[in-house]
Amino acid sequence: MNLEKVIFAFVILLAATLNFGFVYGDIDDPAHHDIWELFAAVIVNLVATVLKLGDRTQVGAVHLSTSLVAVLQLTAAALVWFFAVYRGGQAIDPSRMAAIVSLSAGALFANVVSVALMVAETVMLRR
Amino acid sequence: MNSVVFLTLRKLRAPLLILIGVYALGITGLVLIPGVDEAGRARPMSFFHAFYFLTYTASTIGFGEMPGAFTDAQRLWVVVVIYLSVIGWAYTLTTLLALTRDSAFRVAVTTSAFRRRVRRLSDPYYVVCGYGETGTLVCRTLDAMAIRFVVLDIDSSRVNELELHPYRGDAAALTADAKLPENLLAAGVALPFCQGVLALTNDESANLAVAITVKLLNPAIPVLCRATQPEIEANMASFGTDHIINPFRLFGEYLWDALHAPALHVLIQRLTGLPGEALATESPPPHGRWIVCGYGRFGREVVESFMREGLSSTIIDPDPPFPERQHGFLQGLGTDARTLTEAGVADAVGIVAGTDDDIANLSIAMTARAENPRIFVVIRQNLQANRALYRAFGAGITMVSAEIIADECVALISTPLLARFLHIAERQDEAWATSVNARLEETTGGTTPSVWAVRVDAAHSPALARALAGGEAVTLRHLRLHPSDRQRPLDCVPLLVLRSGEPIVLPDEQLPLARLDAVLFAGTAEAQRLQSLIARNSRACDYVCRGVEMPDGWIWRALARDRARGSAESHG
Repeated sequence: MNLEKVIFAFVILLAATLNFGFVYGDIDDPAHHDIWELFAAVIVNLVATVLKLGDRTQVGAVHLSTSLVAVLQLTAAALVWFFAVYRGGQAIDPSRMAAIVSLSAGALFANVVSVALMVAETVMLRR
Repeated sequence: MNSVVFLTLRKLRAPLLILIGVYALGITGLVLIPGVDEAGRARPMSFFHAFYFLTYTASTIGFGEMPGAFTDAQRLWVVVVIYLSVIGWAYTLTTLLALTRDSAFRVAVTTSAFRRRVRRLSDPYYVVCGYGETGTLVCRTLDAMAIRFVVLDIDSSRVNELELHPYRGDAAALTADAKLPENLLAAGVALPFCQGVLALTNDESANLAVAITVKLLNPAIPVLCRATQPEIEANMASFGTDHIINPFRLFGEYLWDALHAPALHVLIQRLTGLPGEALATESPPPHGRWIVCGYGRFGREVVESFMREGLSSTIIDPDPPFPERQHGFLQGLGTDARTLTEAGVADAVGIVAGTDDDIANLSIAMTARAENPRIFVVIRQNLQANRALYRAFGAGITMVSAEIIADECVALISTPLLARFLHIAERQDEAWATSVNARLEETTGGTTPSVWAVRVDAAHSPALARALAGGEAVTLRHLRLHPSDRQRPLDCVPLLVLRSGEPIVLPDEQLPLARLDAVLFAGTAEAQRLQSLIARNSRACDYVCRGVEMPDGWIWRALARDRARGSAESHG
């Protein structure tokens, strides 16, 4: 067992699960989507991106690009949240919420690809 | 490029993770600890405000507390966060700065810059491995001939020297071990513009490694290798190294030519010297008994040449000789008068000072000259740095191995046809060499002629190719006419025509040219320039062939053709 691999897999999986937890629920109901979860998802995704830096292999490059996509989507979601709050006060209207959740759902897709890659890589190594 | 980026990213991983961690922790704390507004109501900080505050605090800009004054609990947390974030940034910046001092990083940067420069070369070039004395001479000559080159040398001070030398073409150089295939690949041995590889390092096993690598990676290009040890030479020959250059053997042959066939020797000197320079007026070495000081790789070749010519020689060397050569041998250095007298310096015709120590060689030569003022001195110069001393001494023949190798390389690279001609010349007799010498003397006088090849094909001489395709009978004589005045001949001599692989030596003036011929000329640089005009410019070509100026442009040409047809019909 390799500690580095454990941490790597842990962070990637955590990025995906946090992202999923944020997205889960009615798309336009602000009560179902917590800002802390979005914050945690952004941070963990950033950590995942940094962990993937500097890998020259083909799989490493795809890994990095999935993380970059996820970070980009989550940042966009956070920005939408920011504008919604500073234009419309503390309450977020459902259409804004739907935009935020759909953007982070895109990030979730990238994270799922990342997890799939990791699983595929592990299976190939086993063989 | 790629490796530089990857190396940077990999090294920055830890500092970036720490920064992200510190920011996450700081933001979490600031959002969790509630602030208080002027009215005393709890006012939680938003994520955006926390991030904003942390951004200017962590980078030590510090705009102040916002949106209002902090509570003491908030301030306590901010103190912790400031220390953490400043440490995080300091760590990131020092890592980044350390990276630029890191040797692996620097090598990656210079190597990738070198690779990029080589890839971008869009002219034919040679790869020179080893920028020592020989490499320097070769590079300077190649540069003078406007041939591009790429240099690999293991010593960074030599590479710096190259970068300081004002070359006309910009010369790419890399401090790297030429033995390693990846470095040779970086120097572009497998790229389409690479014309050949010159392995000229001091380390003969490195030259061998270069030869093998290039033969495997790009068998199509020629490899020129310096080698003096017989076993390395045999090894190189075994896998088909194109040219193995042994300076001692070359000098042995050169000495034998000078002893055996002085006229041929002068001819070879004339054709292989640097163009435009005054011809060295060396007196040929005399026949008689010689003294050879130093029986190493050099001495052996020299003694071999003497034996081939039937001359006897006395050998002086500090090491015991082979048993079969016991008779003409003296143990010693030859730097003292006693040993030389014992060797019979008074009645010897010549002395060879051929040790690998320059000062010893000069000492031998000066002692010998003091004992016998008429003695012919052949002296070996090992280091270019001692050039001034050797020039001041003024020996009969000075052997400089770097120059011999450089001349050979340049001759092989610039005009392969010349090597063919010299090979044929070596089998001719003295009378033949004397007559060729006389012809060259007539055209270029006392200076070394330029030697060049004219290739009759569309790429090298478009005008000639067009004239031949149009049914024009172009002969060698036409190539020797002045392109602006047909009455004046150009100062050049055709030495060899190569027609479908068969050489025609000293061809007749009336020989008609054919497509794909290659003609070797020797003459003045001016003649070379004017002749290239005939080969490339259709007007010049028409003028020397027919004596008429052809009009320019399609319409005028068509009119001229009509007129010519009309006059031909009226005559008929």
